[in-house]
Amino acid sequence: MNQFEEQAEIVRQEQLTPEIFRLTLKAPEIASSALPGQFVMVRTSPCYDPLLRRPLSIHQTIGNEQVQLLYKVVGKGTRMLAALAPGKKLNLTGPLGHGFDFAGQQAVCLVGGGMGIAPLYFLAREILRATKPPKCIVLLGGRTGAELGPLPQDFKDIGATETHLATDDGSLGHHGFVAELLPLHLNSGHAWAVYTCGPHPMMKAVVGQCHQHGWQCQVSLETMMACGISACLGCAIPRAGLSGPYLHVCKDGPVFKAEEVAWL
Amino acid sequence: MIEADLRVTIGGLVFKNPVLTASGTFGYAKEFAPYVNLHHLGGVVVKGISLEPRRGNPPPRIVETAGGMLNAIGLENVGLDRFIAEKMEYLREIGTRVIVNILGDSLEEYQTLAQRLNEVKGISGLEVNISCPNVKKGGVAFGTDPAMAEAVTRAVCAHTTLPVIVKLSPNVTDITAVAKAVEAGGAQAVSLINTLLGMAIDAKSRRPKLANIVGGLSGPAIKPIALRMVWQVAQAVKIPVIGIGGITTTEDALEFLLAGATAIEVGTANFVNPRASQDIVEGLGRYVTENRLSGIREVIGGLILT
Repeated sequence: MNQFEEQAEIVRQEQLTPEIFRLTLKAPEIASSALPGQFVMVRTSPCYDPLLRRPLSIHQTIGNEQVQLLYKVVGKGTRMLAALAPGKKLNLTGPLGHGFDFAGQQAVCLVGGGMGIAPLYFLAREILRATKPPKCIVLLGGRTGAELGPLPQDFKDIGATETHLATDDGSLGHHGFVAELLPLHLNSGHAWAVYTCGPHPMMKAVVGQCHQHGWQCQVSLETMMACGISACLGCAIPRAGLSGPYLHVCKDGPVFKAEEVAWL
Repeated sequence: MIEADLRVTIGGLVFKNPVLTASGTFGYAKEFAPYVNLHHLGGVVVKGISLEPRRGNPPPRIVETAGGMLNAIGLENVGLDRFIAEKMEYLREIGTRVIVNILGDSLEEYQTLAQRLNEVKGISGLEVNISCPNVKKGGVAFGTDPAMAEAVTRAVCAHTTLPVIVKLSPNVTDITAVAKAVEAGGAQAVSLINTLLGMAIDAKSRRPKLANIVGGLSGPAIKPIALRMVWQVAQAVKIPVIGIGGITTTEDALEFLLAGATAIEVGTANFVNPRASQDIVEGLGRYVTENRLSGIREVIGGLILT
């Protein structure tokens, strides 16, 4: 198993928006084996509060040296993370879980909402590098334009064919949900492969669109998780059809084919 | 440097050191192989096994609390057949003792598990989870009634030649009464404590944070309670006591040994620091060496009260 525990030195801590941060860490073992869609467990406090590690998607790796994480300050753990300056060390375990499958050469569409954008950047970069798809459309959603910060430009910079935005308040791009952009921009000329990560209702809407149009869809899910390595079994989610054993996000996922999962 | 003597004996078995991993926090050991030299551990207690596979509780199953976590996994496991077929081959090669945790909802289920596991190579002992409800007795947990706890211990002991450790629930008025009952039932050791029943509510939605409403509290938050119970039980019974409950550091482990535990199990700490168990083995070794002790046995029950 290619999993490592690393005492990773912080290289850069960038505040992209009032709440969103991009953290670059020196973690050569994790960086050299991480795949798009995989995650790390981050120990935010050396003490017991918060006690548990936080699962964070890998935003990208840089060379075989660095791991980049994108996170939003939502509670005590992420607030502690945001307070860390370069030079400080952070304990990471990873890379964990089962990432995106992107071997095919078809047209792709990446749909991200909020912090769900984090793993899609790594995926977009690798797809554009490895499979040279005929089209790579990126659809990003946020509450406001300001919340998206520099992220849309990042996708343009690596060669996404088209980037379209949606915001809840209409301050940037489409005024509405990002899932509403799919039928507007995905023409029927391609057999699309759609990859999505974001809030549950957003992904459910994206999965619904894909189902309706017959597009393949992979989803990256998030749950409460204590260990990240399928020991605690805390990250159970129901399977499609609601029968049989639960799926575990840390090991069976975090990336699933949309049809494997129950969309409640 | 002479390596510190960390050996302890439980139920006639010599363990290379007193550090085991607690059931349900270490998977089937393989999950931790990237982080821990498994053969450095005193032993591994694997995830609780029932006769048939169990699906477990609906999510959400876990919630973080101050210095701890609540879980309501619901004893999800692959069942006895798949455990033997899929997990034992690896466990036989890990170079340390393997204790299998068993659970059931009837005396017959415990008996069958004991009998079937008795024929499996590579198992050093059984740990019996008696915190499960007895379906035939209206769902009262075996572990909350001394007579039922004794009965389940007798049933298991009669059907195995392996040493039997009974894992006690702290959700009782007097844990020493249950400890004495399982000792009378033939247990070679007791391990304690299992999780403390707790609850958490989301004030915004006014709903419980766990789908099961209540769950078991573990982690550093429960350590003082666990330590007190271990100390009480160690004085009440003659069989060895294995201390469990919030053990995260070497110092925590030493506290339990001083209170009378012969060994300890590391649980929730494995999630926080996957190397915790091995770190504690190394820490105990340093403690024995630095204090020029003949062995870790000198520490057991060494609490000074005067």
